[in-house]
Amino acid sequence: MIVRILGEGTYDVPDADIPAVEQLDAALADALERGDEATFSGALADLVGLVRHTGKAVPPDDVRTSELAVPHPGSSLAEVRDLLAQGS
Amino acid sequence: MSVTKRLSAILQAKANKALDKAENPTEMLDLSYEKQQENLQKVRRALADVTTAKKRLELQASQLQGQAQKLQDQAKQALAQGQEDLAREALTRRTGLADQLQSLGTQHEQVEAQQQQLENTSTRLQAQVDAFRTKKETLKASYTASQAQANIGEAVSGISESMADAGMTLDRAQDKIAQMQARAGAIDELINTGALPDALGGGGDDIQRQLDATSQAGQVDAELAALKAEVGPGAPAPGLPAGAEGTPGAGEPGAPPAGGTP
Repeated sequence: MIVRILGEGTYDVPDADIPAVEQLDAALADALERGDEATFSGALADLVGLVRHTGKAVPPDDVRTSELAVPHPGSSLAEVRDLLAQGS
Repeated sequence: MSVTKRLSAILQAKANKALDKAENPTEMLDLSYEKQQENLQKVRRALADVTTAKKRLELQASQLQGQAQKLQDQAKQALAQGQEDLAREALTRRTGLADQLQSLGTQHEQVEAQQQQLENTSTRLQAQVDAFRTKKETLKASYTASQAQANIGEAVSGISESMADAGMTLDRAQDKIAQMQARAGAIDELINTGALPDALGGGGDDIQRQLDATSQAGQVDAELAALKAEVGPGAPAPGLPAGAEGTPGAGEPGAPPAGGTP
């Protein structure tokens, strides 16, 4: 599955690793909802790490669309909340 | 709900919106190419802004370090003059500076992360623009074939997603740059008014004024003593040539000999 890390590019993550991605994604959403900055930062860093580690970086001239978009590494909870508000 | 899915949907919506104006696939290719170049320019400008912000932070840190050193010297000088309270005040302000310096350090790290991210975006966009330039001509040349149309759709949606990402990254960088510039402006103002050591007020370098006043008083005393030694007891009255000392009745009122007290 193609996963984009905002500001960084896309990675081709093997299907076998997607459940782990989804798990961290859920932790991220949960921390966001509770306004738990520390857990949020930890989950985001883990998620970014997981995608970078398990995925294969897609070259810039290969412009396949992605299915998931991970927030900019190091984003604050408020920043991500603002980004998501753009969609509502 | 999943954060990454929601973000992805927002990204796609932005990507689609960017190409709404195009009426046919060929136009879409050209429009997309134009947008990529615009984006690349914007990223480069933001990168220049970030670099400027970084330099400014570095300059401020060195100014603050200079002030901290100065306060340290002032504390020493005050102690040498026996003014312990003044020394304490100088050291207290120095502590305030250390906090500011630490916050500048954090900001410097943030600005470096921004710089890194924008450089990364810039490199990636450049590679995309280069690759897309060739691709779009090939696609245009064969666009009558239905397969080619599908290819165009694919190429364009991929590239516009990437552009939407660059746009979001730019927005984020610009917010950070604006915050940083506002803070840097505030710190510059503090440095310029000399009020930084104690943000609570009492601007100006009053410590230096007190030190100077004390050392000035000391210097006046020393000069006075030197003058006294030179003139000796029974100074001449002013207005008379040297050597005419002791002329009776020459001393006008209001002109006592220099040095009333020892």
